[in-house]
Amino acid sequence: MPKGLVVIDKERCKGCGLCVSVCPFGVLTITRELNRFGYNVAGVSAPEKCTGCAMCAQMCPDAAIEVYREAKVKEGV
Amino acid sequence: MSTVEAKAPAGFAPVYTRPKSLSAARFTYCPGCHHGIITRLLAEAIDELGIVERTVGIAPVGCAVFLYEFFRCDFVQAAHGRACAVATGIKRANPDLIVFSYQGDGDLAAIGTAETVHAANRGENITVIFVNNQIYGMTGGEMAPTTLPGMRTVTTPEGRDVRTTGYPLRMSEMLAQLEGPAYITRQAVFDVRHVQMARKAIIKAFQNQIEGKGFSLVEIVAACPTNLRLSPPEAGRWVAEQALKYFPLGDLKVRE
Amino acid sequence: MRVLMRGNEAMAEGAIRAGCRCYFCYPITPQGELVEYMARHLPRHGGVFLQAESEVAAINMVYGAAAAGVRTMTSSSSPGISLKMEGISYLAGARLPAVIVNVMRAGPGLGNIAPAQGDYFQATKGGGHGDYRLIVLAPSTVQEAAELVMLAFDLSDRYRVPAMILADGMLGQMMEPVELPEPIPPEKIPPRPWAVSGAKGRPPNVISSFDLDPYRFREILRALWDTYREIEEKEVRWEEYATEDAELVLVAYGTMGRICRTVVRRARKEGLRVGLFRPISLWPFPSEPLRKLAERVPVLLTVELSAGQMWEDVRLAVEGRAKTPFYGELGGVVPTPDEVLREVKKHVHS
Repeated sequence: MPKGLVVIDKERCKGCGLCVSVCPFGVLTITRELNRFGYNVAGVSAPEKCTGCAMCAQMCPDAAIEVYREAKVKEGV
Repeated sequence: MSTVEAKAPAGFAPVYTRPKSLSAARFTYCPGCHHGIITRLLAEAIDELGIVERTVGIAPVGCAVFLYEFFRCDFVQAAHGRACAVATGIKRANPDLIVFSYQGDGDLAAIGTAETVHAANRGENITVIFVNNQIYGMTGGEMAPTTLPGMRTVTTPEGRDVRTTGYPLRMSEMLAQLEGPAYITRQAVFDVRHVQMARKAIIKAFQNQIEGKGFSLVEIVAACPTNLRLSPPEAGRWVAEQALKYFPLGDLKVRE
Repeated sequence: MRVLMRGNEAMAEGAIRAGCRCYFCYPITPQGELVEYMARHLPRHGGVFLQAESEVAAINMVYGAAAAGVRTMTSSSSPGISLKMEGISYLAGARLPAVIVNVMRAGPGLGNIAPAQGDYFQATKGGGHGDYRLIVLAPSTVQEAAELVMLAFDLSDRYRVPAMILADGMLGQMMEPVELPEPIPPEKIPPRPWAVSGAKGRPPNVISSFDLDPYRFREILRALWDTYREIEEKEVRWEEYATEDAELVLVAYGTMGRICRTVVRRARKEGLRVGLFRPISLWPFPSEPLRKLAERVPVLLTVELSAGQMWEDVRLAVEGRAKTPFYGELGGVVPTPDEVLREVKKHVHS
């Protein structure tokens, strides 16, 4: 399974926890880090487990999450 | 406003990136509010159909009153409850525009009932996004027409008493009886599966308008964590376990 | 080419010739013929005629069509206009041009369908919430009714301020020969870069009357009131008839203004030097010319089909320079010229 990558826009995040609650692989957590609006922002705690399924992004009420997957390097190209 | 540029990090391909038709503005909804998910799905639908340059949104009065700040398309602010009439005026004036109204349960099913029923009955070729979170959120948590029996709100401190305030109003069922509407569906966004279904429904509702099929309404049974006094994940479960009892999901009318 | 037309129909035709292409309405007497005329004729000009489920819906459809940049109008009568007040306040706040015709009837409440002028305050003092004004024009003949509707569209567009025609049941129902003005060619209708037409090649347009920040909202309202001041300077309209040597001047508008013209002629026959001052723009009210008149005319008798509303503006303008008695009729009763003449004779002696 190619590795996934979650990018969270900390200033948009309101620490609601929905992404954490739907991530099937426990990749995310609500950190102790505060953004300038005083919210504890979500963060990636287990990046190696991320498959890039993007369920977190689809659940985010602030469109704060973007998800990428390792581009498969085509052999012999 | 810091935003993550949609450039894929080296060696990675995007799976999900922020919808293009959203502006840079931060959403003003409370943490975990389903309005935010629905607003994002709306932008995804507009992106998917490539219609941002010919879409006009109608912003309601309620928690989504700032909707016009979140989008890159033209917007008109309607008086509370009047969005379907404003949408009618715009669509009749310029039928080439894709016109949608976005309204809460107080806006659409209380003060705006007549405007909604008659726009539907005329089969007005517009798309209505109806966010049913069973409360007046913006004004501090009052009872809405869709508040569940026994539910505490600031205007039903002892819980909604059906003997004096009636029962939750099922607008979609009411509207589905009419000849005018082409598509009436009730969706939810409390988990990813339902988010995906709601997304398809919104796209279909816009597609109907593009094809001139007439009035389409997507009701979304949503959670207001703040007034439910529940964490966002718990509020979603509350919708699934409680609200859906009164507001069963599914298509109520589909005219192909 | 002169045509015999009913007041209501002349206003409808005036709107069509002004380029009105969206008309939203709701049935109410005594403006029924305006609705019927639009139903028959507007679609033939490629316009939209839509009967709404209520006056509230109709004015909000006007709001939508105006936001989309189309010349649009609604018409109603007193109780219906009350229902439109919220929408009119929103039009004013969102700087949307639109024309609202009020064919007044007797009130308050259900009242009756007889002509009256009891909506003057509602029209000129901002009948809805908030600090706003409407351009208010009052015709007294069928000819003027058609012309003022066209003028209303022009002024409303130029200043982005909604305009109201204040007619009444008599004027709406009566028939008179009319020389219909030439239709305005579409290219003469000013462009609307601010309208919602699809954000293509430009930033999004937002039509709104909403701003949570009081300081920003104050700036928006200051700009609005600057426009109102400009309208007050440039758009005052009135008519004076036989006031040069008058010892008493009747101040009356609309149907009452028309009846008072007859009173002036009869008084003059009896050697009474009586004149007429007829406001045509009720907002902006012709205070200046009225004040000048009060400097040389001892008595200004206001006559209205109401308990006295324009009368207050007359007194404000005159400020004690002349006596300002009042004669009004209620309930839809329209006084005859002789009844008004009897009132005049209480204040002047031959």
